[in-house]
Amino acid sequence: MLSTPTHPHAAPAATGGRSMTVGRYLRTLGSETGIELLKNVRIPIFAVSTVAFPVMFYLIFGATFGRQGAGPINVATYMLATYGAFGVIGASLFSFGVGLAVERAQGWMRLKRASPMPASVTVLAKLANALAFAAVVVAALMLAGVTVGGAHLSLGAAAALLGVLLLGALPFCVLGQAFGYALGPNSAPVVLNLIYLPMAFASGLWIPIHQLPGFVQAIAPYLPAYHLGQLALSTVGAHVEGNPLGHAAALLVTALVAGAAAVVAYRRASLATYG
Amino acid sequence: MEATLSPTAGATPPATAVAAFRGARYAYGATVALAGFDLTVHPGEVVAVLGPNGAGKTTALHLLMGLLAPQAGSVRLYGADPRERAARERLGVMLQVSGVPETLTVREHVRAYAAYYPAPMAIDEAIATAGLAEVARRPYGKLSGGQRQRLHLALALVGDPDLLVLDEPTTGLDAAARRTLWASIRAMLRRGRSVILTTHDLDEADALADRIVLLHHGRVLAEGTPAEIKATTASRRVRIVTRLDEARVRALPGVHEVRRDGQATEVLCAAAEPLVLELLTADPTAHDLEVSGATLEDAFLALTAARPRTHREVA
Repeated sequence: MLSTPTHPHAAPAATGGRSMTVGRYLRTLGSETGIELLKNVRIPIFAVSTVAFPVMFYLIFGATFGRQGAGPINVATYMLATYGAFGVIGASLFSFGVGLAVERAQGWMRLKRASPMPASVTVLAKLANALAFAAVVVAALMLAGVTVGGAHLSLGAAAALLGVLLLGALPFCVLGQAFGYALGPNSAPVVLNLIYLPMAFASGLWIPIHQLPGFVQAIAPYLPAYHLGQLALSTVGAHVEGNPLGHAAALLVTALVAGAAAVVAYRRASLATYG
Repeated sequence: MEATLSPTAGATPPATAVAAFRGARYAYGATVALAGFDLTVHPGEVVAVLGPNGAGKTTALHLLMGLLAPQAGSVRLYGADPRERAARERLGVMLQVSGVPETLTVREHVRAYAAYYPAPMAIDEAIATAGLAEVARRPYGKLSGGQRQRLHLALALVGDPDLLVLDEPTTGLDAAARRTLWASIRAMLRRGRSVILTTHDLDEADALADRIVLLHHGRVLAEGTPAEIKATTASRRVRIVTRLDEARVRALPGVHEVRRDGQATEVLCAAAEPLVLELLTADPTAHDLEVSGATLEDAFLALTAARPRTHREVA
């Protein structure tokens, strides 16, 4: 990743040599991450929908059911885990999916591909951004939960929840990437919402899974969001369906399948050009 | 600089070649964009690849930028495969379809792109050279069309590359904005820096380039200095009502193509004056003379239809 292989017949380039130093790689990555962050925070629709919507939904549902019991913990604490999953999935899917689709259409991605920036920097900068937004949404939810929601969360549980949600965001970043290379700039937000919102509902991220109709509960294990929701619940002491290792394995499979789809979509997209 | 319309194929590219295409071929499915493209660019040269839409210009540049791989033949950038990241450290590009996020300012974009290169120029210098000092803090979304093109030019320049590749840099601009952009491109020429640009405008190629390569249907039809190209391609269209028949007109000096258009005879030629002189000598009754600049399509039509053998060896 840090260097490109030397071509056997290539004359050495006069500047820079064949590979980048680690220091230069990190400086480029820092700059690219910063520009990506600046771009995202200046798009109100992105910043608002990724952070404000999950918090708003959490407060509406949390205020309604907040102090009722949900097994060993109250609903406000339970929903902190599920709305946390909802929030990080949104940040991951949209920053990769919509971001890539728009930037491909603009020609910005192609301009970067023609530059000497390593392709991995583009991906890592977007990843850092998705995780930053994910961390912000989780922190905002926790703040709302413990101040007005009535959630009970130890410092250790909060750290475990944040850790699980950020790790669990990765498969959804890969999924977002697959959609970002496959979809156009206008269809991407629509298609992603049509997948994201029903999936979140059917995975028990809005309303606890055991309160959903039976057929929805039967579908849930086939949805990656369900598995992240269950893993998140395990960190706050809620009753969890199935084995945490099984949920982690399901997310790993999601990442692998989405990764293969992303590679195929990227190859197709990068061949499209103009006469 | 090439002194004649010489073939470039076959020769081994010198080690100093900036860019070298050897029989490069690329097809999109059944549509052949480049059918064996040969071109060598030397340090300090400004080369214009001139051709109508669909000639294969953008495909050629995308091969040189490493965005596509040739399906046959080879493409080398400073002796290396352009798909290798390090080879592109000496390359700055301006794409034909280019846009950048609207919420970031001119300065932010230039600074971000500078970070991709090992030894970039000063940010302000790149902005000033592209003529954007006044709007450096303005977001991309609030720039005019000409200012946007100049930002794309600044992004090509800021890495201080030895080769600038500009794909139709002035497309969509009005005459005044085009001239401003030409001035900016000229300001970027420094000792040893090479430029490859595409255009479908002979005037633009003439204004900027040391050497013009005529590309048509994915092949090089001819190459030479702007003066040579203008002399060998039909650059004038002469319309006149004459009693002379087509064969007779075709035999006059510098004529590429003759066609009847109602009462009038239309002639594509290199220069109007010697033709008109001969024509009026042969037919003093000729009248309703009109002279206009030939379009690029006219020039290519003349080159392909009337003189098929002259440049064949180049392709």
